[in-house]
Amino acid sequence: MTNAFDVTDLHVTIGGSHILQGVSLEVPRGGVTALLGRNGVGKTTTLRALLGIVPATGTVRVMGTDVLGWPTHRIVRLGVGYVPEDRDVFAGLTVEENLRLAEQTPEPHYDEVYSLFPELRARTRQRAGTLSGGQQQMVSIARALLNGWPLLLIDEPSKGLAPRLVSELAEVLERVATLSTVLLVEQNLAVVRRLAQRVVVLDHGEVVHTGAADELDDPVMARRFLGVAGAS
Amino acid sequence: MTVFLSLTFSGVALGAIYFLAASGLSLIYGLMDILNFAHGLFMTLGAYAAWDAATHAPASWGAPVIFVVSLVAAVLGGALAAGLTEVLVIRPLYGRPISQILVTIGLDLAATGLLLGAFGSNPQSLPVPLWMMEASHFAGISLPNADYVAFAGGLVVLIALEWFLRRTRYGIIIRAGVENRTMVSALGINVARAFTLVFVIGGAMAGLAGLLYAVVFSGELVSPTQGDSLLIFAFIVVVIGGLGSIRGSAVAALMVGLVQDYTNFYLGNHPGMAEIGNLSVVLLLAVVLEWRPRGLFGSAL
Ligand SMILES: Nc1ncnc2c1ncn2[C@@H]1O[C@H](COP(=O)(O)OP(=O)(O)OP(=O)(O)O)[C@@H](O)[C@H]1O
Ligand SMILES: [Mg+2]
Repeated sequence: MTNAFDVTDLHVTIGGSHILQGVSLEVPRGGVTALLGRNGVGKTTTLRALLGIVPATGTVRVMGTDVLGWPTHRIVRLGVGYVPEDRDVFAGLTVEENLRLAEQTPEPHYDEVYSLFPELRARTRQRAGTLSGGQQQMVSIARALLNGWPLLLIDEPSKGLAPRLVSELAEVLERVATLSTVLLVEQNLAVVRRLAQRVVVLDHGEVVHTGAADELDDPVMARRFLGVAGAS
Repeated sequence: MTVFLSLTFSGVALGAIYFLAASGLSLIYGLMDILNFAHGLFMTLGAYAAWDAATHAPASWGAPVIFVVSLVAAVLGGALAAGLTEVLVIRPLYGRPISQILVTIGLDLAATGLLLGAFGSNPQSLPVPLWMMEASHFAGISLPNADYVAFAGGLVVLIALEWFLRRTRYGIIIRAGVENRTMVSALGINVARAFTLVFVIGGAMAGLAGLLYAVVFSGELVSPTQGDSLLIFAFIVVVIGGLGSIRGSAVAALMVGLVQDYTNFYLGNHPGMAEIGNLSVVLLLAVVLEWRPRGLFGSAL
């Protein structure tokens, strides 16, 4: 089977700064691959380049299809759900409208989404801007799951959530990962250990390590991969 | 008191026309970051399309039917001009908002020049049913029927536009795109289609505004530079209302129409005060921006 994502020699330059300096990585189908690295090394930029949100050079294949230079909506329609770092729910739209906007298939998986996030069902008419941070994260993940797409790019889902919510979220993502391939950016080591089978570590815009997730059980390795910020 | 009421109604009619012109501008800016200086051109072309249709329609159709035909022509003419502008001129410049703004200015200047060449600077006279110029008495006031038509036109469009933006998928795409265009495409939606659509809708409303302005406020005359003078007020309305907000445009359009009408009537006859109506609008703009820098309904980004 082709890989979910094949990236070779990806370069991104924004406003004169060379942010990605030749990123190469493979994400095989199935399970969770975690993209790790200290703050500001280019994890978010890597996801945005995969989706064609920022211009890049190199090659990007999504399930074998060369997509570099494609407009974002066409890449997404190959079957890629995206949960951005800052959730990016549409604040002026209701929960229902946020979800409706994400519909791309004739039979969106509302039952599945509402069974993962029962809280959303009661809040369909609420403006997304008035939801709590955790609820907004649910909307953002729900949008990415609605079409049952095979691939998911999820950027720091636990950011800013209380510990109890983080473990609830990890449980949801564990269920999601049984159906889809996930490329997960995450700083919370416990979440990474629980979900990921593989890790890819970025530093200064390049991949510096690729390996199995259980290497993180060694605290020295964990510290090296994640820097001070992630070693908590 | 009756004078005041009459002024209020004609101010509302003027506001309705400003709303038609401004709401499209506001949507285009909100979604695409383009200050569309060609919007005045769409108004002018709408008015010319109406004039063309009305002068070519067989007289046997009767004045009311011919007027409806010219209304339709204004709407279609504005929509067509705007749609072509988006596809042919704006689209090749996606991602370059400064160039897009400059090209709308160029287009407006060039097309206005062409119209002046074709028709001269003398205005064309638009055939309008006599009924439009007759006054109706209502609640002790007396106004030309055209004012009521303008008011009704603005109201119908406001309701239709709100319905479209709230209830239809494309309306939701447009509202979401005003907030965060990138995220809309990251949900698999081709935003470029929404771009063309806001131009077409904006152009249709501009065409209608161009026709109604000619009928209500410039003595049924159509001229090549008419849209440009309306455009200035439309921009002011958009800024007062808050960029990207339709309700903001509606409220601001009423405020501007009323302020302009009142000051023109009460102060405009004094020596040296002929421009007081326009000046008062600029003052209103300054006061609102001092109080709310993002306009009345502008989002606090
Ligand atoms: N639009 C932009 N303009 C200028 N610099 C940018 C832009 N986007 C990202 N950068 C820079 O690129 C670098 C990588 O940013 P990126 O957001 O990809 O990091 P990250 O690994 O996701 O960090 P974090 O863990 O803090 O989310 C940073 O130094 C950032 O300042
Ligand atoms: Mg990031």
